[in-house]
Amino acid sequence: MNDTKQHLEHLAEMRALMERSSRFLSLSGLSGVWAGLCALAGAAAVYSFLGITPFSGRDGYYFQKAIHTTQWGMDYKSAFVLIALLVLATALVGGIFCTTRKARRQGHRIWDATSRRLLWALAIPLATGGCFCLALLYWDLPGLVPPATLVFYGLALINGSKFTLRDVEFLGLSEIALGLSGMFYLGTGLELWAFGFGVLHILYGAWMYWKYEGQ
Amino acid sequence: MKDFITQLNPAFDHRNRLGIMSILVVNDWVEYNTLKELLNLTDGNLASHLKALESSEYIRVHKQFVGRKPQTTYGVTDKGKEAFKAHLDTLEAILTIAREGEDS
Repeated sequence: MNDTKQHLEHLAEMRALMERSSRFLSLSGLSGVWAGLCALAGAAAVYSFLGITPFSGRDGYYFQKAIHTTQWGMDYKSAFVLIALLVLATALVGGIFCTTRKARRQGHRIWDATSRRLLWALAIPLATGGCFCLALLYWDLPGLVPPATLVFYGLALINGSKFTLRDVEFLGLSEIALGLSGMFYLGTGLELWAFGFGVLHILYGAWMYWKYEGQ
Repeated sequence: MKDFITQLNPAFDHRNRLGIMSILVVNDWVEYNTLKELLNLTDGNLASHLKALESSEYIRVHKQFVGRKPQTTYGVTDKGKEAFKAHLDTLEAILTIAREGEDS
């Protein structure tokens, strides 16, 4: 029976090698939590820019309001793009920090074939979505921007899930579902955005941290 | 049980060779240094296993220059993929028989 035990050990080792060589497994759950917090702060900034409170825009297309709002010396387009870039930048910096820390602790490299593949898989749908949203702003359709970001982000996650922890795929599906509902219920677009990018990230991140990193 | 053991491919008769094949079947091309890191092997050790697999035509080698640095990448051949799959099937059969032996 010693042979059997040895074969089983080999199989387990082979499985681990297949996983480790084709997927980037150092993605930290904490980076999700951090991204969620950044997103909530971003949503708060948009609410205060528009001078509204959450769930006050149920009577339809409250982003009509955006077109006529000027605050802090900015029109809505510059404000939205600025807030979006700030959220993206802070989320990325924190995410890279947490993920580097996890990779170092696991003794893996942060920049290798698997992380390059993951970034490339994420980048294409994200860049497409970014351009799509700029076009929406260009044509004065700000109400469609929050749901569109959810949809494209969800697609990016599903694309990227093949190269990292599988759990990311389900987060992607949830983001797409939220985005598509937001497309039809424009009055709740911003609330759905805050839920998808904020609350879901925090919940998923905490769960993944607990599952893979917590002892 | 003896029959199955004789069917196991001798080219894979080492855990490091199985490791190399495992990595190569799920990736298109893998750099020498990546293999070395993933398997945690010394140069001499890794090179001898790679050579053995190469001479069985289970893997192919691709050498190129990236800037001024030579870079060697490895990929699995169709023959290697088939042999690896056959090896896994045999392992599966051995384990199934072993389990049935335990149960009865």
